[in-house]
Amino acid sequence: MAAYVLRRVLWGVVLLALVSLLTFVVFYVLPSADPAQLRAGRNANPATLAQIRASLGLDRPLTAQYWTFLTHIVLHADLGYSYYSGASVGSLIVDRLPATISLTLGAAVVWVLAAVPLGVVSAARRGTWVDKLTTGGALLGISAPVYWLGLLALYLFADDIGRFPLFPGAGSYVPLTDDPWKWFTSLILPWLVLASTFTAVYARLLRGNMIEVLSEDYVTTARAKGLSERRVVWNHGLRAAVTPLVTLAGLDIGLLLGGAVLTEAVFGIPGIGRLNYEAIVHADYPVIQGTVLLAACFVIVANIVVDVAYAYLDPRVRER
Amino acid sequence: MSDPILAVEDLRVAFDTRDGLVQAVDGVTWSVAPGRTLGIVGESGSGKTVAATTAMGLVRGARVRTSGRVLLEGEDLLAASPERLRRVRGATIAMVFQDPLSALHPLMRVGAQIAEALRSHRSGMSAADARARAIELLEHVAIPNARQRVDAYPHELSGGMRQRAMIAMALANEPRVLIADEPTTALDVTVQRQILALLRRLRDELGMAMVLITHDLGVVAETADDVAVMYAGRIVEQAPAAELFAAPQHPYTWGLLRSMPRLDAPAGAELVPIPGRPPSLVHPPSGCRFHPRCPYVRERHRSVDPALEPLAGTPEHRVACLLSEAERRAIWARLAQGAPR
Repeated sequence: MAAYVLRRVLWGVVLLALVSLLTFVVFYVLPSADPAQLRAGRNANPATLAQIRASLGLDRPLTAQYWTFLTHIVLHADLGYSYYSGASVGSLIVDRLPATISLTLGAAVVWVLAAVPLGVVSAARRGTWVDKLTTGGALLGISAPVYWLGLLALYLFADDIGRFPLFPGAGSYVPLTDDPWKWFTSLILPWLVLASTFTAVYARLLRGNMIEVLSEDYVTTARAKGLSERRVVWNHGLRAAVTPLVTLAGLDIGLLLGGAVLTEAVFGIPGIGRLNYEAIVHADYPVIQGTVLLAACFVIVANIVVDVAYAYLDPRVRER
Repeated sequence: MSDPILAVEDLRVAFDTRDGLVQAVDGVTWSVAPGRTLGIVGESGSGKTVAATTAMGLVRGARVRTSGRVLLEGEDLLAASPERLRRVRGATIAMVFQDPLSALHPLMRVGAQIAEALRSHRSGMSAADARARAIELLEHVAIPNARQRVDAYPHELSGGMRQRAMIAMALANEPRVLIADEPTTALDVTVQRQILALLRRLRDELGMAMVLITHDLGVVAETADDVAVMYAGRIVEQAPAAELFAAPQHPYTWGLLRSMPRLDAPAGAELVPIPGRPPSLVHPPSGCRFHPRCPYVRERHRSVDPALEPLAGTPEHRVACLLSEAERRAIWARLAQGAPR
């Protein structure tokens, strides 16, 4: 297992190098905007532009720029400095990461806690009103775009503009270390909104898995040995139906840790997603590189974690 | 012979499907006494498994229509509440399934699955006691290294070992009745004999009644005291095993016997498959249900539905066939000599 993980990590490093090259090509070689132009302001004369280019290192050959970028990461763990604010990319990410982690992990708890009972109950009581309500609600949840749901939630429940001012609204995020209670309340709406789509997807997936599993022979065996229906469904059924969901949850969480752009934007949460979005608007290439690499890192780590978790959850996988 | 412990009386089971009402079991009556084995024989789709799983209350639901009685020690299980059924299942009446790989939970250790069977009927039993008992049970079904195997997952055991573990689980609470549904079909031939021998040994040790469901008359010949032959949801012939093999009466039984390899068959006798396929249970054939496949069919058989009736000389031998007893004896005498029909 250790050798397997090591191999996966090495592959992950190779993958990260490829991702960095790809981002570099997309933003430096085929730029969407000229960072020097953006910094110089209107009516800048060519001399100023050239000076800015030189100070940012943009006048050097592309290969040299990429080489500098790579060696700085590898040798100094240095992601460079923002063109826009001048702050180091590393410190920007460290500042923003807690908000994204808070949002993602909290939402993940909500969607797992909501989707598992919904999926199990609607599978065990297929065709009843519980099932129909869940299936219908899931369709809504999957169809509704997150930014629309977010705005709707703010319109209904935010304490500044809401019809029923129950929860803090947009821009109310407070770091956990400053005030845990305010941190918690400010994230209630974002958690629910971000979790809604995932709840719907997971509940539907689990329902499908459960229906399949409940017709398996070993479920009949469980009934034949006199287990209660509750135990049959929640132990034997769920145990087998939940494994694919664990995989999916790992990947989704990894993806969201790279930045839940829409939710962060709607609720004004200063997370990685917003950082990335702002960097693109400002053609702030070092920050773009940093956030993209971070996201790729999360996805790669999530993949490794999921594979290891899968081997733990399904003993049949371990031998391979 | 003692009184039956499990008696199925005029059991009918139908499934409401999109294609229509599937009459899987159509008026079946059998019983089994402690220490004895009833073999139920038939092709797939003959209703033999549905009858047995219905007896255990495993076939229930909005789309299932059931009538008749299933008497376990005199108590009608078809009328029992779900909680009452749960208490009976695995405790008084237990079941062994065809394919132990799919019948054991793939993600749970074998010992844990046995311990669970124990503890679901003995609320006071500690986890440690249940585990110790699980090891004993595995030893009892002759699994070597039971102390290690108790922590194995099903996929880590061989097919024969898995079926032994399955049997250990079924026997955990020393049931009075064991239903074994094709317990050897998924296993290698050499392992099949070991498992049958194990089942016989346990039946005798525990004084259990055993219902052995199979499509293999060879398995029945070795193990069963009584035999019921099922065809299209009904019993077409029922007799003590020795009597059935000595003087089979139903053309379908003849077909089964002639399609089975035997060492005592006359030299040159060929294995003869039964022509045709099992009939639709949504629109069963008119008259005798076997008539479309029967080599001895007469015009009358297409419209008259034969009842299961005792033979004149041997009342414990019953058959549902419109041929006269004399005709049947004459035909079987010819067939037993190796005649083609």
